[in-house]
Amino acid sequence: MPEMKRQKITFAQAVREGIDQAMTRDPSVVVIGQGVSDSKAIFNTTAQLRDMHGARRVFDMPLSENGMTGVCIGAALSGLRPVMVHQRIDFVLLAMDQLVNNAAKWYYMFDGKASVPMVVRLIVGRGWGQGPQHSQSLQAMFAHIPGLKVVMPTMAHDAKGMLIAAIEDNNPVVFIEHRWLYHISDVVPEEYYRVPLGRAHLRHQGDAVTVAAFSYMTIEALIAAKALLATMGVAVDVLDMRTVRPLDVDSVLTSVRKTGRLLVADTGFRTGSVAGELISHVAEQAFDALRTRPLRIASPDHPVPSSPFMAEGYYPGAQAIAERVLDLVGAKKEGSGYRALCEQVAPKGAHDKPNLAFTGPF
Amino acid sequence: MEKAEQVALYRAMLRIRRVEEVLAARYAEQEMRCPMHLCIGQEAIAVGVCGALNPHDVVFGTHRSHGHYLAKGGDLNAMVAELYGRSTGCCGGRGGSMHLIDLHAGFMGATPIVGGTVPLAVGAAWAAQLKGESRVSVVFFGDACFEEGVIHESLNFAALHRLPVVFVCENNEFSVYTRLTERQPDRPIYRVAEAHGLTACSGDGNDVEEVLSLARKAVNHARSGQGPQFIELRTYRWREHCGPNFDDDLNYRSKPEIESGLKNCPIQNFESRLAQQAMWTSSLREQCESEIAAEIEAAFVFARMSPQPSPQEAEGRLYA
Repeated sequence: MPEMKRQKITFAQAVREGIDQAMTRDPSVVVIGQGVSDSKAIFNTTAQLRDMHGARRVFDMPLSENGMTGVCIGAALSGLRPVMVHQRIDFVLLAMDQLVNNAAKWYYMFDGKASVPMVVRLIVGRGWGQGPQHSQSLQAMFAHIPGLKVVMPTMAHDAKGMLIAAIEDNNPVVFIEHRWLYHISDVVPEEYYRVPLGRAHLRHQGDAVTVAAFSYMTIEALIAAKALLATMGVAVDVLDMRTVRPLDVDSVLTSVRKTGRLLVADTGFRTGSVAGELISHVAEQAFDALRTRPLRIASPDHPVPSSPFMAEGYYPGAQAIAERVLDLVGAKKEGSGYRALCEQVAPKGAHDKPNLAFTGPF
Repeated sequence: MEKAEQVALYRAMLRIRRVEEVLAARYAEQEMRCPMHLCIGQEAIAVGVCGALNPHDVVFGTHRSHGHYLAKGGDLNAMVAELYGRSTGCCGGRGGSMHLIDLHAGFMGATPIVGGTVPLAVGAAWAAQLKGESRVSVVFFGDACFEEGVIHESLNFAALHRLPVVFVCENNEFSVYTRLTERQPDRPIYRVAEAHGLTACSGDGNDVEEVLSLARKAVNHARSGQGPQFIELRTYRWREHCGPNFDDDLNYRSKPEIESGLKNCPIQNFESRLAQQAMWTSSLREQCESEIAAEIEAAFVFARMSPQPSPQEAEGRLYA
């Protein structure tokens, strides 16, 4: 296999490149969503697509989330591969009937006679006072539904490769993008490539604790892992789970059999979370391998308020992950190493901004 | 209208009626173990609309779609086997009466969430338009569907892009046991569709020739790029909302109302008209009856002889 040309681009650019290349390769791929062709272009993830592929394949749409999801399902049953985009995951709750009752079940209930090859891109809008209805991370709701695939990549490389795999997949795929990842750069091949859905990726190695992380929490887990190793000599496995359904339980079991300790870091609400689901799997299948109780880190069981004063501390990050790792290994929280750790994992910058350059308004 | 065409319409309606009468008669045997919504009394709509379609046109249905499925050419054996929960059923036993499909006949699927398939028909029309195919898609739904948000979303998008789709509203006045007047204001349904930007009309859903004529016009308009079409057809549900029986005992509609509904039988009305036109002989009817009876008998034998799927198969075919 020839070596691929590589470039350093952001997550948002990788998403755009993935769609662009999929559209070039397969004329049945169409993109639809409110704002896909406006000047903001969904955080620039759909920029220039209409110019390059034409207005017949890149559609802005009426604000009819449920109806338009059904339209995409009907189109998918008729030979197209729609990529639907919602600017916030919260909006797709209006489309749950079509997603859950039709898209997820069509292949099953009609005995495999027809399937629904479509991708629904959903954006988690954390930060900048987005508040209760613009910032949720609802992957657990979709992961509950047999027939859906649910993916949430962390790195730009996976964003492109998994989006291409999702578009090629013959099933409905819910593709969740955390907007705090959009500006983060990664080395990404220029060519068209796939990253298989349903497989976790080990991003940091150690034998003390298994940290299984979802989406943006992988970034926080990696900050914690590097600091723990540098300051306390505690080495952890960090698994970027990448997919929520099907959940790659095997990779977690392999790691837990090595470490004996499990911490799951999730971006969703705590109750009914995917983190809880993963812990259940490990407790059922590798209880004897656990040397201590498993823990989960997730968002609190209440909506995030808008006020920056009130939202302070709502989202757990590297600090919480490092503290729970130390709890699991029973390390003493004292001394110069611990003080250095605290410094390294303390939140940097404003808690409500995804990056220093961010100035709002949405 | 040609005699052969009239006989075909009559025969198609009679076939649906006789199939459902046998379903109703055998339901108490408890071998067909799924909810069943019969369309007895409403056959003219399915037959008239599907009579206006080409084989490659596509149809989406509802919870009450035996008639739509059969009128579009869906396989009778596969339907009856589905009701018996057999492997040879059109959904392999996964769907029952409320989920019918026959892709060879252009019957894309029927599902029981009210309004669920309406946007799918629009999506099929959207795909046809994008791919430059001359296919028209049709969706059947009831009057209560018009109360769902999704149909208004669908009408809006269909009108916006002038999609080749025909919306067929079967107005039988009842949503389960709740009368239309308790659910919608006193205004014609089709006029609301017109306000969405569609070409819309209404007609007698129990007159198969009128249905065929309205459907032909609508299908031709849709196919020739004149945008989406809406037809509201008045009809009457003879039996209970779900199940094989008449439901006079439930008292949600008066005896005189039921009697007048049953008198307005689409099949008998059409037969009387044919007789007036001196096109009808009792031997023609007997021939239809005996052919249909033999076909139905064979379908039930096929279904009951077909293998039963095993519980081990239930977890399969979740992902393509």
